[in-house]
Amino acid sequence: MNLLPILFYLLAAVMVAATIFAITEKHPVHAIAYLVTSFFALAAIFYLLAAPLVAMFEVIIYAGAIMVLFMFVIMMLDPGHADEARRPGLLHWLPALFFAGIILAALVMGAALRQAVPVPISTGLGVKEFSLALFRRYGVAIEIISMQLLFAVVGALYLGKKRSPSRSEDS
Amino acid sequence: MTMVPLHILAALLKVSVILVAILTLAAYMVFAERRLLAWIQDRKGPNRVGPFGLLQPLADLIKLLAKEDFCPPAGDKWLFYLAPAMAAIPAIVTFALVPVGAPVDLFGTVVDLQIVDLNVGLLLFLALSSIAVYGVALGGWASNSKYALLGSIRGLAQLISYELSMGLSLVPVVMLARSVRLSEIVSAQAGVWFIVYQPLAFLIFLLSILAECKRIPFDLPEAEGELVAGFHTEYSGMRFGLFFVGEYINIIVLGGLASTFFLGGWHGPLLPPVVWFTLKTLSFAFLFIWLRGTLPRLRYDQLMHLGWKLLTPLALVNILVTAWWLYLKG
Repeated sequence: MNLLPILFYLLAAVMVAATIFAITEKHPVHAIAYLVTSFFALAAIFYLLAAPLVAMFEVIIYAGAIMVLFMFVIMMLDPGHADEARRPGLLHWLPALFFAGIILAALVMGAALRQAVPVPISTGLGVKEFSLALFRRYGVAIEIISMQLLFAVVGALYLGKKRSPSRSEDS
Repeated sequence: MTMVPLHILAALLKVSVILVAILTLAAYMVFAERRLLAWIQDRKGPNRVGPFGLLQPLADLIKLLAKEDFCPPAGDKWLFYLAPAMAAIPAIVTFALVPVGAPVDLFGTVVDLQIVDLNVGLLLFLALSSIAVYGVALGGWASNSKYALLGSIRGLAQLISYELSMGLSLVPVVMLARSVRLSEIVSAQAGVWFIVYQPLAFLIFLLSILAECKRIPFDLPEAEGELVAGFHTEYSGMRFGLFFVGEYINIIVLGGLASTFFLGGWHGPLLPPVVWFTLKTLSFAFLFIWLRGTLPRLRYDQLMHLGWKLLTPLALVNILVTAWWLYLKG
């Protein structure tokens, strides 16, 4: 009796369904609720795949921080009413369908060309191994990414800064 | 063959015992808070139901269950009904991580007095506390009322801000314990409690959990003087009760975690470990009630300044200093 595959398919089904609802839902707040559900299922799948750290970061960063900020912005700005939103026409769907087609084709190819690779039985990646790999092996990349984020923050501050009144009168 | 069902049985038993214990404790926290506040303010408090008013929580429960479960017609039904659960469940689940006592020897097998001992325990706590925001946010938004919405926007901003300083204040703890597993954090404090090495981190953590619980002086999301009852203005009956009890469960859980991270968990002389743990946790609860009876509410900008301009930078500096200290110590 192996529970893991059953759990995996259950979680995967929840994730796919929640993501589809998140896309088709007209109301932004409902869409966020679905997306958070999807992130949760994804985190649980990561956990099943013996990557507990990734699972936790999925919840802390995506479900807990980014989605909360989205919700904050939506509540502050109140972007229109759900009834006024129109369902996208065929033209809007085309790029999505195109990329979905590519992904599906890649999946089918991958499945068709699959060779039985002996998967190493993972006992789970500990926090220590993860951090060592992240900060020793990919340390430079991490620094570059964090500097990019800093630039983005400074840029956002600059864009959001109020111009001094005297200059705005001049221009 | 028989090992696995026994294991599951033991886990189920632990879950049910702890669930019943914290729900009862939360109900009596409400009572204790009313009595203590009354004592602080020189009143009597609820003392009519049963001896010393001890059956008051039961009476409250019956009252809440008997009330009409009302959803505002303009509200968002689905999210309105879901939000109280979203507020209470993360708080209850977090308690699964807390080691409440030393492992005991039961019929030849060693049983941890902790439901799960994850190798990412501390991170799961941070994850669950970041999820608890949704109950407040969605509940206020789904009520479709301006007071509730204002309350939940405040709640969102407050919880995000203080989560940051809370997480950062725990980094030195992880550095000292060299683990994010809660049982190892506790056993690392067998000699000296972390509060001795990290008084600043403890203070930051204490203020942050006070804000995470939405308690006075940080109860901006429900500031009754200006927002009626904030994010749960429109709630009635047991759904309001769920928000309410969730808040008290949160106090117990965060108190338990604070004693786990800084006060040595269940370590202590003479008394049995479970008693030590309960004492430490309840003293946090008492502190929270005491603060409520003593302090006025902060203004919104003061709250944000405290979080972003004082606690977060201090926590960062503290991490740096701790890192240097550990580095020099070798």
